[in-house]
Amino acid sequence: MATSTLVSNALSKDEILRYSRHLIMPEVGMEGQQKLKAARVLCIGTGGLGSPLALYLAAAGVGTLGLVDFDVVDFTNLQRQIIHSTSDVGRKKLDSAADKIGAINPYVEIERFDTRLSSDNALQIIRDFDIVVDGTDNFPTRYLVNDACVLSGKPNVYGSIFRFEGQASVFATQQGPCYRCLYPEPPPPGLVPSCAEGGVLGILPGLIGIIQATEAIKLILGAGDPLIGRLLLVDALGMRFRELKLRKNADCPVCGSNRTINELIDYQQFCGIRGEEAPATTALPEIQPEELKRRLDAGEDIFVLDVREPHEYQICNLNGHLIPLGDLPKRMNELDSSREIVAHCRSGVRSGKAVDFLRQAGFRKVKNLSGGILAWADKVDPRMPKY
Amino acid sequence: MKIFIPTPLRQYAGRQDAVEVHASTLSDALSKLTSAHPDLKRHLYTDDGKLRAFVNVYLNDEDVRYLADKDKTAVKDGDSLSIIPSIAGGEDIL
Repeated sequence: MATSTLVSNALSKDEILRYSRHLIMPEVGMEGQQKLKAARVLCIGTGGLGSPLALYLAAAGVGTLGLVDFDVVDFTNLQRQIIHSTSDVGRKKLDSAADKIGAINPYVEIERFDTRLSSDNALQIIRDFDIVVDGTDNFPTRYLVNDACVLSGKPNVYGSIFRFEGQASVFATQQGPCYRCLYPEPPPPGLVPSCAEGGVLGILPGLIGIIQATEAIKLILGAGDPLIGRLLLVDALGMRFRELKLRKNADCPVCGSNRTINELIDYQQFCGIRGEEAPATTALPEIQPEELKRRLDAGEDIFVLDVREPHEYQICNLNGHLIPLGDLPKRMNELDSSREIVAHCRSGVRSGKAVDFLRQAGFRKVKNLSGGILAWADKVDPRMPKY
Repeated sequence: MKIFIPTPLRQYAGRQDAVEVHASTLSDALSKLTSAHPDLKRHLYTDDGKLRAFVNVYLNDEDVRYLADKDKTAVKDGDSLSIIPSIAGGEDIL
Protein backbone atom coordinates (compact mmCIF):
# COMPACT_ATOMS: atom_id res chain seq x y z
CA MET A 1 0.00 0.00 0.00
CA ALA A 2 1.19 3.52 -0.64
CA THR A 3 2.46 4.95 2.58
CA SER A 4 1.84 8.61 3.28
CA THR A 5 2.08 10.35 6.58
CA LEU A 6 -1.20 10.60 8.40
CA VAL A 7 -0.92 14.38 8.29
CA SER A 8 -1.22 14.57 4.50
CA ASN A 9 -4.26 12.29 4.61
CA ALA A 10 -5.82 14.15 7.46
CA LEU A 11 -9.50 14.74 6.92
CA SER A 12 -10.88 18.25 6.90
CA LYS A 13 -14.02 19.15 8.85
CA ASP A 14 -15.89 19.03 5.57
CA GLU A 15 -14.63 15.54 4.75
CA ILE A 16 -15.40 14.31 8.26
CA LEU A 17 -19.00 15.38 7.82
CA ARG A 18 -19.13 13.96 4.30
CA TYR A 19 -17.93 10.54 5.44
CA SER A 20 -19.69 10.49 8.78
CA ARG A 21 -21.59 7.31 8.01
CA HIS A 22 -18.24 5.57 7.47
CA LEU A 23 -16.59 7.13 10.49
CA ILE A 24 -19.22 6.04 12.98
CA MET A 25 -18.54 2.39 12.13
CA PRO A 26 -15.59 0.84 13.95
CA GLU A 27 -14.86 -1.25 10.83
CA VAL A 28 -13.93 1.99 9.03
CA GLY A 29 -13.44 4.83 11.51
CA MET A 30 -11.01 7.71 11.00
CA GLU A 31 -8.15 5.31 10.37
CA GLY A 32 -10.03 3.45 7.64
CA GLN A 33 -11.21 6.64 5.98
CA GLN A 34 -7.63 7.92 5.89
CA LYS A 35 -6.54 4.67 4.26
CA LEU A 36 -9.21 5.27 1.63
CA LYS A 37 -7.95 8.78 1.11
CA ALA A 38 -4.38 7.55 0.73
CA ALA A 39 -5.38 4.84 -1.70
CA ARG A 40 -4.72 5.00 -5.43
CA VAL A 41 -7.02 2.77 -7.48
CA LEU A 42 -6.76 2.27 -11.23
CA CYS A 43 -10.07 1.66 -13.01
CA ILE A 44 -9.49 0.10 -16.40
CA GLY A 45 -12.55 0.92 -18.44
CA THR A 46 -15.33 3.39 -17.67
CA GLY A 47 -18.12 1.42 -19.30
CA GLY A 48 -20.52 -1.12 -17.87
CA LEU A 49 -18.41 -2.35 -14.99
CA GLY A 50 -16.42 0.86 -14.65
CA SER A 51 -19.51 3.04 -14.19
CA PRO A 52 -20.78 1.83 -10.81
CA LEU A 53 -17.22 1.09 -9.76
CA ALA A 54 -15.91 4.60 -10.27
CA LEU A 55 -19.05 6.23 -8.83
CA TYR A 56 -18.96 4.21 -5.61
CA LEU A 57 -15.20 4.43 -5.12
CA ALA A 58 -15.52 8.21 -5.48
CA ALA A 59 -18.42 8.34 -3.04
CA ALA A 60 -16.42 6.25 -0.57
CA GLY A 61 -13.58 8.74 -0.62
CA VAL A 62 -10.82 6.89 -2.46
CA GLY A 63 -8.16 9.58 -2.74
CA THR A 64 -6.94 8.99 -6.29
CA LEU A 65 -8.78 7.31 -9.13
CA GLY A 66 -6.94 6.49 -12.31
CA LEU A 67 -9.25 6.10 -15.31
CA VAL A 68 -8.17 4.30 -18.46
CA ASP A 69 -10.49 4.58 -21.46
CA PHE A 70 -9.98 5.61 -25.08
CA ASP A 71 -13.58 5.21 -26.11
CA VAL A 72 -16.44 7.57 -26.88
CA VAL A 73 -19.95 7.38 -25.38
CA ASP A 74 -22.33 5.57 -27.75
CA PHE A 75 -26.12 5.75 -27.60
CA THR A 76 -26.37 2.00 -27.00
CA ASN A 77 -24.12 2.35 -23.94
CA LEU A 78 -26.77 4.26 -21.98
CA GLN A 79 -28.77 1.12 -21.21
CA ARG A 80 -26.13 0.14 -18.66
CA GLN A 81 -23.19 2.56 -18.44
CA ILE A 82 -24.79 4.79 -15.88
CA ILE A 83 -21.89 7.14 -15.38
CA HIS A 84 -22.73 8.54 -18.82
CA SER A 85 -25.90 10.41 -19.64
CA THR A 86 -27.81 11.15 -22.85
CA SER A 87 -26.10 14.51 -23.29
CA ASP A 88 -22.70 12.77 -23.16
CA VAL A 89 -23.27 10.76 -26.35
CA GLY A 90 -20.34 11.52 -28.63
CA ARG A 91 -18.08 12.73 -25.81
CA LYS A 92 -14.99 10.91 -24.67
CA LYS A 93 -15.91 8.52 -21.87
CA LEU A 94 -12.98 9.80 -19.85
CA ASP A 95 -14.36 13.35 -19.84
CA SER A 96 -17.89 12.23 -19.07
CA ALA A 97 -16.72 9.99 -16.23
CA ALA A 98 -14.42 12.62 -14.75
CA ASP A 99 -17.27 15.15 -14.68
CA LYS A 100 -19.60 12.83 -12.76
CA ILE A 101 -16.89 11.74 -10.32
CA GLY A 102 -16.00 15.35 -9.64
CA ALA A 103 -19.65 16.19 -9.05
CA ILE A 104 -20.06 13.39 -6.51
CA ASN A 105 -16.82 14.02 -4.70
CA PRO A 106 -14.50 16.93 -5.50
CA TYR A 107 -11.92 15.54 -3.06
CA VAL A 108 -11.07 12.71 -5.47
CA GLU A 109 -7.96 13.28 -7.57
CA ILE A 110 -8.58 11.98 -11.06
CA GLU A 111 -5.75 10.82 -13.29
CA ARG A 112 -6.81 10.27 -16.86
CA PHE A 113 -5.21 7.87 -19.29
CA ASP A 114 -6.67 8.49 -22.71
CA THR A 115 -5.18 5.43 -24.26
CA ARG A 116 -5.74 1.79 -25.02
CA LEU A 117 -3.91 -0.24 -22.42
CA SER A 118 -1.15 -2.17 -24.19
CA SER A 119 2.03 -4.08 -23.55
CA ASP A 120 3.89 -0.84 -24.20
CA ASN A 121 2.23 1.20 -21.46
CA ALA A 122 0.59 -1.14 -18.96
CA LEU A 123 3.50 -1.54 -16.56
CA GLN A 124 4.21 2.19 -16.43
CA ILE A 125 0.58 3.08 -15.85
CA ILE A 126 -0.03 0.43 -13.20
CA ARG A 127 3.17 1.16 -11.30
CA ASP A 128 1.82 4.24 -9.53
CA PHE A 129 -1.36 2.61 -8.25
CA ASP A 130 -2.07 0.28 -5.35
CA ILE A 131 -4.98 -1.71 -6.73
CA VAL A 132 -6.17 -2.36 -10.27
CA VAL A 133 -9.82 -2.99 -11.08
CA ASP A 134 -10.41 -4.68 -14.41
CA GLY A 135 -13.56 -3.48 -16.12
CA THR A 136 -12.58 -4.40 -19.65
CA ASP A 137 -14.55 -6.15 -22.32
CA ASN A 138 -12.19 -8.37 -24.25
CA PHE A 139 -9.91 -11.32 -23.64
CA PRO A 140 -6.55 -9.91 -24.77
CA THR A 141 -6.84 -7.02 -22.28
CA ARG A 142 -7.87 -9.40 -19.50
CA TYR A 143 -4.66 -11.34 -19.93
CA LEU A 144 -2.63 -8.16 -20.30
CA VAL A 145 -4.04 -6.71 -17.08
CA ASN A 146 -3.48 -9.95 -15.25
CA ASP A 147 0.11 -10.34 -16.30
CA ALA A 148 0.90 -6.68 -15.67
CA CYS A 149 -0.59 -6.92 -12.17
CA VAL A 150 1.31 -10.07 -11.29
CA LEU A 151 4.57 -8.66 -12.64
CA SER A 152 3.98 -5.39 -10.76
CA GLY A 153 2.74 -6.99 -7.54
CA LYS A 154 -0.63 -5.22 -7.61
CA PRO A 155 -3.91 -6.97 -6.78
CA ASN A 156 -6.31 -7.30 -9.72
CA VAL A 157 -9.99 -7.01 -8.77
CA TYR A 158 -11.66 -9.03 -11.50
CA GLY A 159 -15.22 -8.87 -12.73
CA SER A 160 -16.77 -10.13 -15.94
CA ILE A 161 -20.25 -10.44 -17.34
CA PHE A 162 -22.25 -12.13 -20.04
CA ARG A 163 -25.98 -11.64 -20.65
CA PHE A 164 -27.27 -12.17 -17.12
CA GLU A 165 -24.38 -13.99 -15.46
CA GLY A 166 -21.25 -12.60 -13.91
CA GLN A 167 -18.05 -13.61 -12.21
CA ALA A 168 -15.95 -11.79 -9.63
CA SER A 169 -12.71 -12.52 -7.83
CA VAL A 170 -9.48 -10.95 -6.63
CA PHE A 171 -6.42 -12.10 -8.52
CA ALA A 172 -2.70 -11.44 -8.40
CA THR A 173 -2.20 -11.22 -4.67
CA GLN A 174 0.92 -12.77 -3.17
CA GLN A 175 -0.70 -15.94 -1.89
CA GLY A 176 -3.65 -16.12 -4.21
CA PRO A 177 -4.16 -17.30 -7.78
CA CYS A 178 -4.09 -15.15 -10.87
CA TYR A 179 -6.40 -15.11 -13.91
CA ARG A 180 -4.15 -17.54 -15.75
CA CYS A 181 -4.42 -20.03 -12.87
CA LEU A 182 -8.11 -20.18 -13.65
CA TYR A 183 -7.96 -19.85 -17.42
CA PRO A 184 -4.53 -20.68 -18.82
CA GLU A 185 -5.73 -20.00 -22.36
CA PRO A 186 -8.31 -17.75 -23.93
CA PRO A 187 -11.13 -19.09 -26.06
CA PRO A 188 -10.52 -18.92 -29.81
CA PRO A 189 -12.10 -15.78 -31.26
CA GLY A 190 -15.70 -16.26 -32.27
CA LEU A 191 -16.42 -19.04 -29.80
CA VAL A 192 -17.77 -16.78 -27.02
CA PRO A 193 -20.17 -14.06 -28.16
CA SER A 194 -19.72 -10.43 -27.08
CA CYS A 195 -22.42 -8.24 -25.51
CA ALA A 196 -23.25 -6.81 -28.91
CA GLU A 197 -24.05 -10.26 -30.23
CA GLY A 198 -25.32 -11.82 -27.03
CA GLY A 199 -26.92 -8.80 -25.39
CA VAL A 200 -26.60 -8.00 -21.70
CA LEU A 201 -29.11 -7.25 -18.95
CA GLY A 202 -28.47 -3.59 -18.19
CA ILE A 203 -28.33 -4.10 -14.46
CA LEU A 204 -25.76 -6.86 -14.62
CA PRO A 205 -22.59 -4.78 -14.85
CA GLY A 206 -24.10 -2.73 -12.04
CA LEU A 207 -24.28 -5.79 -9.82
CA ILE A 208 -20.80 -7.01 -10.64
CA GLY A 209 -19.19 -3.55 -10.70
CA ILE A 210 -20.45 -2.88 -7.18
CA ILE A 211 -18.99 -6.21 -6.06
CA GLN A 212 -15.67 -5.09 -7.53
CA ALA A 213 -15.90 -1.73 -5.74
CA THR A 214 -16.65 -3.58 -2.50
CA GLU A 215 -13.61 -5.80 -2.91
CA ALA A 216 -11.35 -2.84 -3.67
CA ILE A 217 -12.56 -1.05 -0.54
CA LYS A 218 -12.06 -4.18 1.57
CA LEU A 219 -8.51 -4.54 0.31
CA ILE A 220 -7.78 -0.91 1.16
CA LEU A 221 -9.28 -1.19 4.61
CA GLY A 222 -7.88 -4.65 5.29
CA ALA A 223 -11.39 -5.65 6.35
CA GLY A 224 -13.65 -8.65 5.80
CA ASP A 225 -12.87 -11.68 3.63
CA PRO A 226 -11.81 -10.66 0.15
CA LEU A 227 -12.54 -12.89 -2.84
CA ILE A 228 -8.98 -14.20 -2.92
CA GLY A 229 -8.99 -17.83 -4.01
CA ARG A 230 -12.75 -17.57 -4.49
CA LEU A 231 -14.74 -17.25 -7.69
CA LEU A 232 -18.11 -15.67 -7.09
CA LEU A 233 -20.69 -16.65 -9.71
CA VAL A 234 -23.76 -14.49 -10.03
CA ASP A 235 -26.90 -15.58 -11.88
CA ALA A 236 -29.08 -12.49 -11.99
CA LEU A 237 -32.14 -14.24 -13.44
CA GLY A 238 -32.22 -16.85 -10.68
CA MET A 239 -30.75 -14.32 -8.21
CA ARG A 240 -28.35 -17.04 -7.14
CA PHE A 241 -24.85 -16.47 -5.84
CA ARG A 242 -22.50 -19.44 -5.83
CA GLU A 243 -18.89 -19.72 -4.96
CA LEU A 244 -16.16 -21.96 -6.32
CA LYS A 245 -12.70 -22.52 -4.86
CA LEU A 246 -9.81 -21.17 -6.85
CA ARG A 247 -6.33 -22.46 -6.32
CA LYS A 248 -3.02 -20.96 -7.21
CA ASN A 249 -1.56 -23.10 -9.96
CA ALA A 250 2.00 -23.99 -8.96
CA ASP A 251 2.86 -24.30 -12.65
CA CYS A 252 1.29 -21.01 -13.64
CA PRO A 253 3.59 -19.38 -16.19
CA VAL A 254 3.24 -15.95 -14.66
CA CYS A 255 2.55 -16.36 -10.94
CA GLY A 256 3.91 -19.87 -10.33
CA SER A 257 7.23 -20.76 -8.80
CA ASN A 258 8.85 -21.30 -12.19
CA ARG A 259 7.76 -18.15 -13.92
CA THR A 260 8.29 -18.25 -17.67
CA ILE A 261 6.55 -14.99 -18.48
CA ASN A 262 8.75 -12.14 -17.33
CA GLU A 263 7.48 -9.44 -19.60
CA LEU A 264 4.30 -8.51 -21.35
CA ILE A 265 3.60 -10.34 -24.60
CA ASP A 266 1.53 -9.78 -27.72
CA TYR A 267 -1.92 -10.51 -26.31
CA GLN A 268 -3.76 -10.16 -29.61
CA GLN A 269 -1.63 -12.95 -30.95
CA PHE A 270 -2.05 -14.98 -27.76
CA CYS A 271 -5.79 -14.75 -28.22
CA GLY A 272 -5.47 -15.79 -31.84
CA ILE A 273 -6.76 -12.55 -33.23
CA ARG A 274 -3.86 -11.24 -35.27
CA GLY A 275 -2.69 -13.43 -38.13
CA GLU A 276 -6.12 -14.92 -38.47
CA GLU A 277 -7.41 -15.65 -41.95
CA ALA A 278 -9.60 -12.90 -43.35
CA PRO A 279 -13.13 -13.52 -42.11
CA ALA A 280 -15.19 -15.76 -44.39
CA THR A 281 -17.56 -12.91 -45.27
CA THR A 282 -15.03 -11.10 -47.45
CA ALA A 283 -14.64 -14.09 -49.75
CA LEU A 284 -18.37 -14.75 -49.99
CA PRO A 285 -20.73 -13.51 -52.66
CA GLU A 286 -22.44 -10.36 -51.45
CA ILE A 287 -25.20 -8.07 -52.53
CA GLN A 288 -25.57 -4.44 -51.53
CA PRO A 289 -28.88 -3.31 -49.99
CA GLU A 290 -29.61 -0.88 -52.84
CA GLU A 291 -29.25 -3.62 -55.41
CA LEU A 292 -31.46 -6.00 -53.44
CA LYS A 293 -34.12 -3.31 -53.22
CA ARG A 294 -33.92 -2.59 -56.93
CA ARG A 295 -34.25 -6.27 -57.83
CA LEU A 296 -37.12 -6.92 -55.40
CA ASP A 297 -38.98 -3.88 -56.73
CA ALA A 298 -38.45 -5.18 -60.27
CA GLY A 299 -40.31 -8.32 -59.26
CA GLU A 300 -37.35 -10.68 -59.44
CA ASP A 301 -37.77 -14.01 -57.70
CA ILE A 302 -35.46 -13.68 -54.71
CA PHE A 303 -35.86 -15.69 -51.52
CA VAL A 304 -34.91 -13.53 -48.54
CA LEU A 305 -33.57 -15.66 -45.70
CA ASP A 306 -33.41 -14.01 -42.27
CA VAL A 307 -31.03 -15.85 -39.91
CA ARG A 308 -31.66 -13.74 -36.83
CA GLU A 309 -33.60 -14.75 -33.71
CA PRO A 310 -37.41 -14.43 -33.42
CA HIS A 311 -37.20 -11.55 -30.96
CA GLU A 312 -35.05 -9.60 -33.42
CA TYR A 313 -37.63 -10.20 -36.17
CA GLN A 314 -40.13 -8.42 -33.92
CA ILE A 315 -37.98 -5.29 -33.85
CA CYS A 316 -37.77 -4.91 -37.62
CA ASN A 317 -37.62 -7.22 -40.62
CA LEU A 318 -37.56 -7.41 -44.41
CA ASN A 319 -40.40 -9.94 -44.49
CA GLY A 320 -37.76 -12.59 -44.89
CA HIS A 321 -38.20 -16.28 -44.13
CA LEU A 322 -36.90 -16.68 -40.59
CA ILE A 323 -34.53 -19.53 -39.79
CA PRO A 324 -32.27 -18.65 -36.86
CA LEU A 325 -28.65 -19.45 -37.66
CA GLY A 326 -28.45 -22.18 -35.01
CA ASP A 327 -31.42 -23.98 -36.59
CA LEU A 328 -30.18 -23.76 -40.17
CA PRO A 329 -28.57 -27.23 -40.34
CA LYS A 330 -31.79 -28.99 -39.42
CA ARG A 331 -34.12 -26.69 -41.36
CA MET A 332 -32.14 -26.51 -44.58
CA ASN A 333 -34.89 -28.54 -46.30
CA GLU A 334 -37.09 -25.40 -46.18
CA LEU A 335 -34.77 -23.85 -48.75
CA ASP A 336 -34.89 -24.40 -52.48
CA SER A 337 -31.38 -24.42 -53.88
CA SER A 338 -32.66 -23.68 -57.39
CA ARG A 339 -33.87 -20.24 -56.27
CA GLU A 340 -31.72 -17.22 -55.67
CA ILE A 341 -31.32 -16.75 -51.93
CA VAL A 342 -30.18 -13.62 -50.13
CA ALA A 343 -29.33 -14.22 -46.48
CA HIS A 344 -29.30 -11.39 -43.98
CA CYS A 345 -28.92 -10.79 -40.26
CA ARG A 346 -28.38 -7.64 -38.22
CA SER A 347 -25.03 -6.57 -39.57
CA GLY A 348 -23.83 -9.26 -41.94
CA VAL A 349 -21.72 -11.45 -39.66
CA ARG A 350 -24.16 -14.25 -38.87
CA SER A 351 -25.58 -14.27 -42.39
CA GLY A 352 -22.02 -14.56 -43.67
CA LYS A 353 -21.69 -17.76 -41.67
CA ALA A 354 -25.03 -18.92 -43.07
CA VAL A 355 -23.90 -18.30 -46.65
CA ASP A 356 -20.63 -20.12 -45.99
CA PHE A 357 -22.53 -23.06 -44.51
CA LEU A 358 -25.03 -23.24 -47.38
CA ARG A 359 -22.32 -23.04 -50.03
CA GLN A 360 -20.52 -25.92 -48.39
CA ALA A 361 -23.81 -27.81 -48.45
CA GLY A 362 -23.96 -27.30 -52.22
CA PHE A 363 -26.10 -24.16 -52.59
CA ARG A 364 -24.78 -22.17 -55.58
CA LYS A 365 -27.17 -19.22 -55.69
CA VAL A 366 -26.82 -17.80 -52.21
CA LYS A 367 -25.51 -14.31 -51.37
CA ASN A 368 -24.93 -12.34 -48.19
CA LEU A 369 -26.65 -8.97 -47.70
CA SER A 370 -23.70 -6.70 -47.08
CA GLY A 371 -24.04 -4.83 -43.78
CA GLY A 372 -27.26 -6.63 -42.88
CA ILE A 373 -30.53 -4.99 -41.95
CA LEU A 374 -28.57 -2.12 -40.38
CA ALA A 375 -27.18 -1.23 -43.81
CA TRP A 376 -30.70 -1.54 -45.28
CA ALA A 377 -31.91 0.95 -42.68
CA ASP A 378 -29.04 3.31 -43.53
CA LYS A 379 -29.15 3.13 -47.30
CA VAL A 380 -32.62 2.05 -48.34
CA ASP A 381 -35.26 2.67 -45.68
CA PRO A 382 -34.49 5.32 -43.03
CA ARG A 383 -37.83 4.62 -41.34
CA MET A 384 -36.58 1.21 -40.33
CA PRO A 385 -35.47 1.18 -36.67
CA LYS A 386 -31.90 0.22 -35.93
CA TYR A 387 -30.83 -1.71 -32.88
CA MET B 1 -26.56 -35.44 -10.50
CA LYS B 2 -27.05 -31.98 -11.83
CA ILE B 3 -24.80 -30.42 -14.45
CA PHE B 4 -25.02 -26.62 -14.58
CA ILE B 5 -24.74 -25.33 -18.13
CA PRO B 6 -23.25 -21.84 -18.46
CA THR B 7 -25.13 -19.23 -20.48
CA PRO B 8 -22.85 -19.20 -23.55
CA LEU B 9 -23.34 -22.97 -23.97
CA ARG B 10 -27.08 -23.25 -23.28
CA GLN B 11 -27.93 -22.95 -26.96
CA TYR B 12 -26.12 -26.27 -27.48
CA ALA B 13 -27.92 -27.98 -24.61
CA GLY B 14 -31.48 -27.38 -25.73
CA ARG B 15 -31.52 -23.99 -23.94
CA GLN B 16 -31.47 -25.67 -20.52
CA ASP B 17 -29.58 -24.13 -17.63
CA ALA B 18 -29.07 -27.51 -15.95
CA VAL B 19 -29.16 -31.12 -17.08
CA GLU B 20 -29.72 -34.21 -14.90
CA VAL B 21 -27.60 -37.26 -15.51
CA HIS B 22 -27.02 -40.52 -13.67
CA ALA B 23 -23.36 -41.35 -13.59
CA SER B 24 -20.78 -43.09 -11.47
CA THR B 25 -17.75 -40.97 -12.24
CA LEU B 26 -17.12 -37.47 -13.44
CA SER B 27 -16.00 -38.53 -16.90
CA ASP B 28 -19.07 -40.74 -17.14
CA ALA B 29 -21.25 -37.73 -16.32
CA LEU B 30 -19.60 -35.55 -18.96
CA SER B 31 -19.77 -38.29 -21.54
CA LYS B 32 -23.50 -38.76 -20.90
CA LEU B 33 -23.92 -35.00 -21.26
CA THR B 34 -22.16 -34.84 -24.62
CA SER B 35 -24.00 -37.94 -25.89
CA ALA B 36 -27.31 -36.30 -25.11
CA HIS B 37 -26.14 -32.96 -26.57
CA PRO B 38 -23.56 -33.65 -29.28
CA ASP B 39 -23.19 -29.97 -30.22
CA LEU B 40 -21.76 -29.34 -26.77
CA LYS B 41 -18.89 -31.67 -27.45
CA ARG B 42 -16.90 -29.45 -29.80
CA HIS B 43 -17.32 -26.48 -27.49
CA LEU B 44 -16.09 -28.42 -24.48
CA TYR B 45 -13.48 -30.67 -26.03
CA THR B 46 -10.67 -30.30 -28.55
CA ASP B 47 -10.39 -32.68 -31.50
CA ASP B 48 -8.13 -34.95 -29.49
CA GLY B 49 -10.62 -35.32 -26.69
CA LYS B 50 -9.11 -32.93 -24.14
CA LEU B 51 -11.21 -30.48 -22.19
CA ARG B 52 -10.65 -27.04 -23.67
CA ALA B 53 -8.33 -24.83 -21.65
CA PHE B 54 -10.78 -21.95 -21.29
CA VAL B 55 -13.41 -24.23 -19.76
CA ASN B 56 -13.21 -25.28 -16.14
CA VAL B 57 -15.20 -28.05 -14.57
CA TYR B 58 -16.06 -28.02 -10.89
CA LEU B 59 -17.40 -30.91 -8.87
CA ASN B 60 -19.45 -29.12 -6.22
CA ASP B 61 -17.06 -26.26 -5.44
CA GLU B 62 -13.75 -27.93 -6.28
CA ASP B 63 -11.85 -27.56 -9.53
CA VAL B 64 -11.56 -31.01 -11.13
CA ARG B 65 -7.90 -30.37 -12.03
CA TYR B 66 -7.06 -30.45 -8.33
CA LEU B 67 -8.97 -33.57 -7.39
CA ALA B 68 -6.79 -36.59 -6.67
CA ASP B 69 -8.62 -38.83 -9.12
CA LYS B 70 -9.36 -35.98 -11.52
CA ASP B 71 -12.06 -37.04 -13.96
CA LYS B 72 -12.17 -40.58 -12.59
CA THR B 73 -13.53 -39.14 -9.33
CA ALA B 74 -16.66 -40.93 -8.17
CA VAL B 75 -19.84 -38.87 -8.09
CA LYS B 76 -23.13 -39.32 -6.27
CA ASP B 77 -26.69 -38.24 -6.99
CA GLY B 78 -26.61 -35.13 -4.82
CA ASP B 79 -23.42 -33.80 -6.41
CA SER B 80 -23.35 -31.00 -8.92
CA LEU B 81 -21.04 -30.31 -11.78
CA SER B 82 -20.46 -26.76 -12.97
CA ILE B 83 -19.01 -25.87 -16.33
CA ILE B 84 -17.40 -22.45 -16.11
CA PRO B 85 -16.08 -20.91 -19.32
CA SER B 86 -14.18 -17.66 -19.36
CA ILE B 87 -16.30 -14.64 -20.22
CA ALA B 88 -15.22 -11.12 -20.97
CA GLY B 89 -18.32 -9.06 -21.64
CA GLY B 90 -18.91 -6.99 -24.61
CA GLU B 91 -16.38 -5.51 -26.99
CA ASP B 92 -18.46 -4.83 -30.09
CA ILE B 93 -16.91 -6.92 -32.81
CA LEU B 94 -19.83 -6.83 -35.23
